[in-house]
Amino acid sequence: MSPRVSEDERGPEVSRTPSSAEAPSSADLVPRRRGLSALLPARVRALYAGNAHMLVVRGVLGARTNNWIVVLSGFFEPVFFLLAMGLGLGTFIGDVELANGQQVPYAAFIAPALLAVSAMNGAVYDSTWNVFFKMHFGKLYDAVLNTSMGPLDVALGEISYALLRGLVYATGFLTVMQVLGLNQSWTAILSLPAVVLIAFGFASIGMAVTSYMKTFQQMDWINFVMLPMFLFSATFFPLDVYPEVIQRLIQALPLWHAVELVRGLTLGQFGPQLLIHVGYFVGMIAIGIVFTTRRLRALFLD
Amino acid sequence: MSEPVVHASALTKKYGDFTAVDAIDFEVAPGESFGLLGPNGAGKSTTMRMVGAVSARTGGELRVLGMDPDTHGPQIRAQLGVVPPEDTLDAELKVRDHLIVYGRYFGIPRSVCARRAEELLEFAQLTERAKAKVDDLSGGMKRRLTIARALINDPRVLMLDEPTTGLDPQARHILWDRLFRLKEKGTTLIVTTHYMDEAEQLCDRLVVVDHGRIMAEGSPAELIRTYSSREVVELRFGSDRNAAVAERLDGVGDRIEVLPDRILVYTANGEEVLEHLSRENLHPTTSLVRRSSLEDVFLRLTGRSLIE
Repeated sequence: MSPRVSEDERGPEVSRTPSSAEAPSSADLVPRRRGLSALLPARVRALYAGNAHMLVVRGVLGARTNNWIVVLSGFFEPVFFLLAMGLGLGTFIGDVELANGQQVPYAAFIAPALLAVSAMNGAVYDSTWNVFFKMHFGKLYDAVLNTSMGPLDVALGEISYALLRGLVYATGFLTVMQVLGLNQSWTAILSLPAVVLIAFGFASIGMAVTSYMKTFQQMDWINFVMLPMFLFSATFFPLDVYPEVIQRLIQALPLWHAVELVRGLTLGQFGPQLLIHVGYFVGMIAIGIVFTTRRLRALFLD
Repeated sequence: MSEPVVHASALTKKYGDFTAVDAIDFEVAPGESFGLLGPNGAGKSTTMRMVGAVSARTGGELRVLGMDPDTHGPQIRAQLGVVPPEDTLDAELKVRDHLIVYGRYFGIPRSVCARRAEELLEFAQLTERAKAKVDDLSGGMKRRLTIARALINDPRVLMLDEPTTGLDPQARHILWDRLFRLKEKGTTLIVTTHYMDEAEQLCDRLVVVDHGRIMAEGSPAELIRTYSSREVVELRFGSDRNAAVAERLDGVGDRIEVLPDRILVYTANGEEVLEHLSRENLHPTTSLVRRSSLEDVFLRLTGRSLIE
């Protein structure tokens, strides 16, 4: 189930790949900056070796060696929710009427929301608890940063791994939705890139937040924020059950945008309003990355 | 002489009001085996982290392999091998996989990493454990793996922070043997330790550090010659009598150091001191004549023992 990344197909990152049997001297092994990174300002280049993808390879290898069953469990969580709430509870609820008057079965209403929630949960878990643990207990980053890798490689690598994992889950869940007949439009396939975008937004903010965390007690605050957001962001019932003021508040939260974006795609309500949600996440990613990068020096290169 | 591997002048590191490293100057020449000797908290590890380009300095100048760590961190680290004080092995991976992945963090092609991993497993006597999980190794094996890992990029400089702390004597000797081979091959070693025997074994030249400052510099033999006598007599009269007896020893030997549990008499000839004691009718419960060590140098320089 875990994605296999062929390590041999990764391009050569070394300035001169030795062809002779003779071992290259270490001077030859300074990683070449990838095209884009050469354009970065010197302050950023000191934090970045252009080798972030190696952390993705490492993550896949680690999952393959150890806990692929744990990794697999992330796929089942939303499926269980869908079966219990959508198919179980849904028989009592019947159809839900959307803002445009379209009637959809309850399961089809909550399935895209669960897809968005699982993208959020996966990304937040990977960028907060996982990073927190590796930072303070596993000492992974201490070791990685003794190589030519810089803090920005670590941040981008860990976020990429979280996204890859999220994409695998999302593909699985979308397949389940298709089998159960919950996708009402071909645009459902576009929810895969949407989920990656959503996960990227949450992961980049999550990592920035984690950089301030020192103790487990502080980490618990993350759950305190996540749970109400999960329950009230028009996940299980439409937004119009709330009073006007609460509606505005919920519309400011990222999960509402995520749910609306994915729901619009799986139910075929394709329109310009989706661009607003996309824009929200583009902004979230930009803020998260700038923030995280600023914090990294303080965090790792104290 | 060729360009120094490390050049530090007035190198300083502060954490808030606390000065961990206080304007130290030192150089390390290529191929040299250089040591930082001092107690815990002396600033050794902080110095190592600055040289290793993983901690930004607060002040002073620092050049590593001719580059500034502030702006060329990735390039400097590409040529260093680092053995941190605590193992930072990747517990989720298998032994061989860990070596290969670590090499690839440097951007070294997989085929090169794989070949070197085999050589290094051999070097670290871990070939038979190549497929074991890192977490299942013993403490000594983990330490050897850490050293093997530090060599995966064929570094010009190997930095060892407390390389043998927590190991049993046999494991220490295996490690020293491996490090000695590297030294013979011309790898520059930078070692921190609070074990004087380790410093004497491994270092051509060392600095004694305390409270973030350099107290003395030289080869182990030079330091002992300069700051201590040839021999030391250790006398124990029982903790309540040591101080009283010490007064009566005034003028015996070059210098006397009274510690809570024993008296140290520094002298060129230990036997003469013992003869003097019996003439004076002083009978210690135990007495021992030994050669001076770096421990004595440290005691002389700081008034404290190295391992407290």
